[in-house]
Amino acid sequence: MTKTQINHLRELENESIHIMREVGAQFENPALLFSGGKDSIVMVHLALKAFWPQKFPFTLAHIDTGHNFEETILFRDRLVEDLGARLVVGSVQQSIDDGKATEETGYSASRNLLQTGTLLDTIETHKFDVALGGGRRDEEKARAKERFFSHRDEFGQWDPKNQRPELWNLFNGRMNMGEHFRVFPLSNWTEMDIWQYIYQENIEMPSLYYTHKRKVFNREGVWLAWAPFMNLKPDEEIVEKDIRCRTIGDISCTGLTISKADNLVDIIREIAATRVTERGSRSDDKRSEAAMEDRKKEGYF
Amino acid sequence: MSEFDSEAYLNMELLRFTTAGSVDDGKSTLIGRLLYDSKSIFEDQLETIQRDSMRRGNEHIDLALVTDGLRAEREQGITIDVAYRYFATPKRKFIIADTPGHIQYTRNMVTGASTANLAVVLIDARLGVLEQTMRHSFIASLLQIPHLLVCINKMDLVDFDQIVFEKIKADFNKVSEKLAIKDARFIPISALFGDNVVHPSKNMDWFKGPTLLQLLESIDITSDRNTQDPRFPVQYVIRPQKPEFHDYRGYAGRTAGGNFKKGDAVTVLPSGINTRISSIDRYKETGDQVHVSESVTIQLEDNIDISRGDMIVGSDNQPQQSQEIDLMICWFNEKALQLSGKYALKHTTREVRVVIKSIQYKMDVNTLEENTEDKTIRMNDIGRIMIKTTKPIFFDPYTTNRITGSVIIIDEATNETLGAGMIL
Repeated sequence: MTKTQINHLRELENESIHIMREVGAQFENPALLFSGGKDSIVMVHLALKAFWPQKFPFTLAHIDTGHNFEETILFRDRLVEDLGARLVVGSVQQSIDDGKATEETGYSASRNLLQTGTLLDTIETHKFDVALGGGRRDEEKARAKERFFSHRDEFGQWDPKNQRPELWNLFNGRMNMGEHFRVFPLSNWTEMDIWQYIYQENIEMPSLYYTHKRKVFNREGVWLAWAPFMNLKPDEEIVEKDIRCRTIGDISCTGLTISKADNLVDIIREIAATRVTERGSRSDDKRSEAAMEDRKKEGYF
Repeated sequence: MSEFDSEAYLNMELLRFTTAGSVDDGKSTLIGRLLYDSKSIFEDQLETIQRDSMRRGNEHIDLALVTDGLRAEREQGITIDVAYRYFATPKRKFIIADTPGHIQYTRNMVTGASTANLAVVLIDARLGVLEQTMRHSFIASLLQIPHLLVCINKMDLVDFDQIVFEKIKADFNKVSEKLAIKDARFIPISALFGDNVVHPSKNMDWFKGPTLLQLLESIDITSDRNTQDPRFPVQYVIRPQKPEFHDYRGYAGRTAGGNFKKGDAVTVLPSGINTRISSIDRYKETGDQVHVSESVTIQLEDNIDISRGDMIVGSDNQPQQSQEIDLMICWFNEKALQLSGKYALKHTTREVRVVIKSIQYKMDVNTLEENTEDKTIRMNDIGRIMIKTTKPIFFDPYTTNRITGSVIIIDEATNETLGAGMIL
């Protein structure tokens, strides 16, 4: 054996498994943030691989805005049952009912921002000392600065200008009481890598990622799903289209792609040909140039 | 990638590289050019950059804006922290660790260099080899980056003159003789206009070598890792507690050196007990071999008490064991390194306490001279020190193995990562 060529998906997998095991070893009570989207499903797959034949030592935590696609919740519940995993749900609706959060109003009202408070409350309530997230550095410019092991102070805040240097494969997860970590095992993956890996590993995905007919409307060039809580402007019209999700978030901010792709190979072809980034259709990132940075500083995913 | 070819894509190699350069040498422009000409910038990103360029009154689109991440960076027009960029060509996938040239340069460059296969060093053609070139090359050699691509940039400002290029190349070679640089190559480029970045230059037909991207796509990286010395730091002990895996006891980790096979005679450190490998497991499969850098779970023939921080090594090829370690240290913190100070130290999966026994010298990274007068190691300084650990660690010299030869030093009170060390 002289050549040690490993294809890049295997190398990314080796790296992510290494990170997950470090989390298992360095922390007492880890949560894996599970949204039902492709990145978090890949995270669960990697966690299974990292600890097999043992169960992974993570609690799944879902921050539920109450505005999720129904398919996401069904998929989540079935996965949890199949794995025999522990799931905790942090509810944004509950935060609103408790008076801890205030619902936005207006046409672009979204519960996206409110998730931060519910997420931090969930971390505190369950005394999680680390939350694994599926964030990737290729998604967004503030994320490009993120460490694998990202320290959060006792208010859950990220200080991007004062991050711990991270060298080789040595990860410093030491902290004081009340602080926590966010860990991003998929940091070095790109959207293309994720889909290729799903294809290579034959990982089951929610039906939302494949083409289906749905009632939608167009807002400033972005197709959004219609739901009873969505406020339509007078000139916006509900139509039925063949669409699929490129990312899955809250209904109110997930832009949909007109597509007939009904299998992974077609999805990968579509992504290879696309000229817009994955988050280009996420209205939560369009609010300002530093929207993601500002949300992350406060404790967002 | 216009046509999806699953086999080709699944067999792509991953190359990690870092860029070293100082203010105004065109580093951000080069990265922007590389991404732009390889069609890795998406339309919505391009729109943002175009809008920002116009807002700043630039006549042309400013490709350097591609690399700005944080609000403060955009406002001040500087790069504060390492940022990671991704792009792929049909031949390889690339990860760029984009490190700032001025603020915290040592800290950031060392961080980016620690995982890199290759460094791109930029030299301004008008200015030639400067102190900063020395500094960048020294760090690249200290961190043992296997390959160096020296880009002599802004050739458009020296009339694409071959004599300028050849002189800088000769000057650099004179300097690099003092350094342990294994593989250095030179390319005359203009990042601003794209000459020899992705496409061959029409202005420099005297240059017959490959473009920057052609080199990035073709340089052989299969021998960058240690494939000789079997090292497996135990990360996590797998005990399933399930009926069907009742007696299962596996040691999870990522191979830090060499290869292991079923039946290999191995020694477990620190106990020194000899045994053999009975199985090498991956998800839902028990296999019989593992190569360097793969994450697996190893089972052994004998039931031995093993925990995280132990290391499984080849019985006939063992690392050094010691409590007194001689190393080169890069310091990252405003609080200077304290002689006789006590710190936490991480080495592979092992964490021990250390005391700083002595400081031999501080390195002047601009002149490569050893300073034995002022030996206070402050932020961004590099020096040679001797430490004593509370328990032995099992290591190889950094020049032989970047994983088993590296450590980080942590403040026990604030938990900050204070420094990074390379074992001599």
